[in-house]
Amino acid sequence: MDIYLLEAIINGVLLGGVLALLALGLNLIFGVIDVVWIAYADIVMCGMYAIYFLDVQYGVPLPLAFLIAIVGMAGFGVLVHLLIIAPVLNSPPLNQLLATGGLLFFLQSFATLLFGTDFRNIGVRLPVLEIASMYVSFARLIAFGIALIGAVALYLFLKRSYIGTAIRAIAQDREIVGLMGIDQRRIYFVVSAIGGALAGLAACLLALQYDVHPFIGNTFGPVIFMICVLGGLGNMIGGFVASFIISQIIAIGGYYWSTELSYVFAFTLFIVMMFIRPRGLFAS
Amino acid sequence: MLSLAAVSAGYGSFQALFDVSLDVSRGEAVGVIGPNGAGKTTLMRVISGIIPMRQGTMTLEGRSIGELPAHRMVERGVAHVPENRRLFPRLSVEENLRIGAFIPAARAGFQERLAWVYDLFPRLKDRRSQVAGTMSGGEQQMCAIARALMSRPKVLLMDEPSAGLAPLVVQQVFDLVHRIRAEGLTVLIVEQNVQQVLEVVDRAYLLEVGAIKLAGTAAELKGNSFIREAYMGL
Repeated sequence: MDIYLLEAIINGVLLGGVLALLALGLNLIFGVIDVVWIAYADIVMCGMYAIYFLDVQYGVPLPLAFLIAIVGMAGFGVLVHLLIIAPVLNSPPLNQLLATGGLLFFLQSFATLLFGTDFRNIGVRLPVLEIASMYVSFARLIAFGIALIGAVALYLFLKRSYIGTAIRAIAQDREIVGLMGIDQRRIYFVVSAIGGALAGLAACLLALQYDVHPFIGNTFGPVIFMICVLGGLGNMIGGFVASFIISQIIAIGGYYWSTELSYVFAFTLFIVMMFIRPRGLFAS
Repeated sequence: MLSLAAVSAGYGSFQALFDVSLDVSRGEAVGVIGPNGAGKTTLMRVISGIIPMRQGTMTLEGRSIGELPAHRMVERGVAHVPENRRLFPRLSVEENLRIGAFIPAARAGFQERLAWVYDLFPRLKDRRSQVAGTMSGGEQQMCAIARALMSRPKVLLMDEPSAGLAPLVVQQVFDLVHRIRAEGLTVLIVEQNVQQVLEVVDRAYLLEVGAIKLAGTAAELKGNSFIREAYMGL
């Protein structure tokens, strides 16, 4: 097998890890609260700015800056729920989309106003590893490893804990969980915090690889939505698998042709799949 | 134990309950019978706090419970086995039971309570890791009752536990009511299966078009000519 193709495939797998993490967060929120956070990738952008300013401007050690970003974005997730989602919970889906879509424009414009359109970087240059004469970015390798650990931790939490079981239950029967002594509002806050924390974690992993600017959310936001819909909105395992399918299309397409064209392929596949399996690849 | 006085409730502009008053004493089993659409399910949902009541008072052990939302009612000791069972279909049997023990007071003694429930429903122990939605109707009903018992309730509300079940299974469900009562629980049970429910309850109320039309001991109602003609087909 062509060694450069293998390298592209490996890089695709590594890219899939971070996408999978974000898809998990978005699917968790949709599955439980039944609202799509259109601005999800822009919360990642906020997290990246938080890391940049803490580390570069205020000299906070990077690991601590990461931790603050994760906790901060968890809090931000709760605020988003409290201020934007909760008031429109019983509104038609279109109004909910407009509300979270409004947040997207608000965050992007606000970031432009505060920070300008400069590309900013935390200036950490991790080495590129040479493994069996293939080049693999160390930052991507770390990002993949941590994203996987995050996904497993989320899985164990949902599977083993009382709150996690309640989160899965609420997605199956919203009305009846009250009869189990579960306060629906409390679960919504917990889920929004987890969703925010996952965006914060993704911000840490992406800050190692990319410059932050106000519109960075646009570069991967649409891909994450495509992944979630392809895997079946709310289906966490479907989204996880779809992340790696899409990242492979992007990586292999990028190897044979160009990255731009590979996105065209990915979205073409997505549109075709919407006709063949409109409820997602893994709909039962 | 549980007392409702002149309770009214409804959905939107539709009023489903009119001045309903009823009492259930500690350790008693009480039935609410009546035709489809009489408001029996609404009554249960008002008691467990899913639907707010509009007028009247509701007390449990002398304390007002009229304003409490559903999740607070569970902490007060009321468990509700809803109409159509409403298990979490994609969770396993044991996960459904774990959700039943969600409140902190029930989590503490989860393992012993689980053993107790499995003792009451040996079938559920065999199926503990099976996905709940794939069980038979009777097994699901047992699981729904077991789930409600996991919260260590004082009062158990059962909404049409016999609906959609084969006659033999219906008999098993009613036998269970006997055994649950033997454990000292207070039971309020809504049923259309009048003949059989009157065998397991001490007293019953007849609910028609949202209002209590008749009340009496099980023996009195079994002998009542109106009940016999309209609800028992005798």
